[in-house]
Amino acid sequence: MNPILIRGGHVIDPAAGVDGPRDLLLVEGKVAAMDVPGKMKHAGTEVIDAKGLVVAPGLVDIHVHLREPGQGYKETIATGTAAAATGGFTTVCAMPNTIPVNDSAETTRWMLAPERGAAIRVFPIGAATRGSLGEALTEYGSLRAAGVVAVTDDGKPILGDAIMRQALVAAARANLPVIQHAEDTRLTGGCSMNAGPVAFRLGLRGMPTEAESGLVERDIRLLAEVKDSRAHLHIAHLSTKAALDAVRRARRNGLRVTCEVAPHHFVLNEEAIGNYDTRAKMNPPLRAESDRVAVIEGIIDGSVDCIATDHAPHAAHEKEQEFERAPNGITGLESALGLSIAVLHVRHKLPLSRVIALLSTQPAAVLGLKGRGILSVGSAADAVIFDPAKKWTFQARESKSKSKNTPFDGWTMQGQISMTISEGRVVYRRN
Amino acid sequence: MPTKTQHRKSQAPRLEPKTISLSHPDSLHPNSIHPGSLLSAADLSIDKVESILRLADVLEKEDALRRDKRLFKRRVSLLFYESSTRTRTSFELAAKALGADTSLVSAQSSSIEKGESLKDTGITLRALGAECIILRSPYSGAPYLLAETTGLPILNAGDGMHEHPSQALLDLRTILAHLEIGAKITETTLKGVTVTICGDIFHSRVARSNALLLPRLGARVVFCGPTPLLPEIAAQLGPNIVIERDFDRALAQSQIVMMLRIQAERLAGLALDLEEYKARYQANVDRVAAYAPKALVMHPGPMIRGLEITSEVADGRQSAIAEQVRNGVAIRMALIMRALGGDTKVSTKSRSVSPKKGASR
Repeated sequence: MNPILIRGGHVIDPAAGVDGPRDLLLVEGKVAAMDVPGKMKHAGTEVIDAKGLVVAPGLVDIHVHLREPGQGYKETIATGTAAAATGGFTTVCAMPNTIPVNDSAETTRWMLAPERGAAIRVFPIGAATRGSLGEALTEYGSLRAAGVVAVTDDGKPILGDAIMRQALVAAARANLPVIQHAEDTRLTGGCSMNAGPVAFRLGLRGMPTEAESGLVERDIRLLAEVKDSRAHLHIAHLSTKAALDAVRRARRNGLRVTCEVAPHHFVLNEEAIGNYDTRAKMNPPLRAESDRVAVIEGIIDGSVDCIATDHAPHAAHEKEQEFERAPNGITGLESALGLSIAVLHVRHKLPLSRVIALLSTQPAAVLGLKGRGILSVGSAADAVIFDPAKKWTFQARESKSKSKNTPFDGWTMQGQISMTISEGRVVYRRN
Repeated sequence: MPTKTQHRKSQAPRLEPKTISLSHPDSLHPNSIHPGSLLSAADLSIDKVESILRLADVLEKEDALRRDKRLFKRRVSLLFYESSTRTRTSFELAAKALGADTSLVSAQSSSIEKGESLKDTGITLRALGAECIILRSPYSGAPYLLAETTGLPILNAGDGMHEHPSQALLDLRTILAHLEIGAKITETTLKGVTVTICGDIFHSRVARSNALLLPRLGARVVFCGPTPLLPEIAAQLGPNIVIERDFDRALAQSQIVMMLRIQAERLAGLALDLEEYKARYQANVDRVAAYAPKALVMHPGPMIRGLEITSEVADGRQSAIAEQVRNGVAIRMALIMRALGGDTKVSTKSRSVSPKKGASR
């Protein structure tokens, strides 16, 4: 692996407060040096000219479904991470709702094996309960030792108070966050979109926003009960104003609660379903415009900790079904940066450094991923190089993901990625 | 550096969710919706309504042997995933009256039972020569999927809780005949007319289609029913829709009353006190005589006699229930003609008026 010198770029490293012209030297998979332009010798290095481009820490997605083991027809660890690299990500955290469920050190190690062909760094997230059945806790200590960075029953929320309380305490002991897919499924049976006038018109049963906010409030109450354990609750793909308000209140009360939002929830509202477009079907569903705006406000005022894509690939034949029968989820890795820059930076004037922080520095911090989302000397040589002003058109058929289920096909994005470097290796280079 | 690549100047970003138009050049669905389709009453312009009603008049009156040549040997498929008596039979009779060959595929006796998808079933029917598919599905929106995957004209014969647009058209024909309105359809044709739709609105595709169609012609729609079957958001379905929980008060302002069946198959665990329901929402002789002695009573069927409506009312002189069924054939002939692009030109005379016996405005 040759040393790489990225020269002439505008480095944004929110963790260090860097936002200006810098050269960056990557050696042996680590950041070796950062300095003002022109000071570093380039002899013996591969020089990358980043003139006019932004150089940022590689993006970190703490919520992806890579579908392996078990559903390789939707995605594999190799194809999913290739899509991630194309989207500027250098770290992804893989959800455990695989087949079998990742509830053991053995499955975790299988996912991490070199044979999987991951293009970038994968950190598995372990199941919080055995088989994600919500009954008995998995062994958090051994999961952590095998490499998991959090526990969750994503997609199958932990409804029981007692088991959720146990999970919070046990996870805190293992120094792992508990990630909750906040959906009170007792209120969402048979539902396929957000509750409201649009659902009524389409004749679809709707998920009330209370199904999300109610469970967030319940979890926060449990967290308060076990406050002494220093448990950390992380709310996945938060999509409603009410849930966001609950998170804000909990933080004011000194509780350790973090949350993520998905790009589709701040870019689209429920109207995107149009005439039953299954590419706009996901869970949590696209919400009312007022919730979309609330999510943007939460991003701007800092209530939202990070952006995560909830990348959920499905085969064409699965999505090409009646709306109520089609599975939930959309792909997201290749459109996340382009949408975030276009909507948050261009439209809502959020500084680019904050967009980077939301996509890299902060998600790494939420899950305690040391040396990720940061370009200080000694951290992983993970970087993304992009032109923040460049507009481009996202074409689903060109996606590296095995699946093309995205509502953003044909959309104009802003912020074109030139190169992604993972641990010192170029893993994506725009031709 | 990759930046050497040429980039075409891209368009302005289409990212404002207020103005979202999900364009999909590489869509999952390669076909656009055939213009001969009828998927939602919301897609019907006033002109289209007018031409369908006029064509229905012409076809109904036409000599049977002449009519038989209109779509002679053309192929129409009826794809029914749910049971049906009225809709299926009247679509079938309508197609046959125009000379078309019909084939019926129902869920219980086809490869659907073996797990064949709607898309594949549609492609199979198309390969067998179907030029139009009439679809009934328990899934809201299924006709859109079938239209997009086959490219054929699709007639929605009821999709889940969504819509039943041919029912709304035949109901409109029934209402117009009752009110003796024969002039050209306009935005004010039904001005001053109040239509109460009472019962299980939430699960009713008939209610949605009627409530989307009738106000466009100037009618006022009153939804009536208990909250579990009629959420407040129902009033946001379209303009000129209001909610009145008191059935007596709703009746008192109505010229037209549509009763709906409680859809036990879609209740999904909803508990309903049927005795209380009857007490508050049943169309019975006492109530109708007291509050709407002149109103036209309609029901899309199937009825549960003794629950939402009593036999005395269903069979009484204010009832238009059999008339609705009769109108179904004429309307569906017009829809099939339109779907198959048959000669839909009709004389420009005003539509004929066939006043209904009994009740009047």
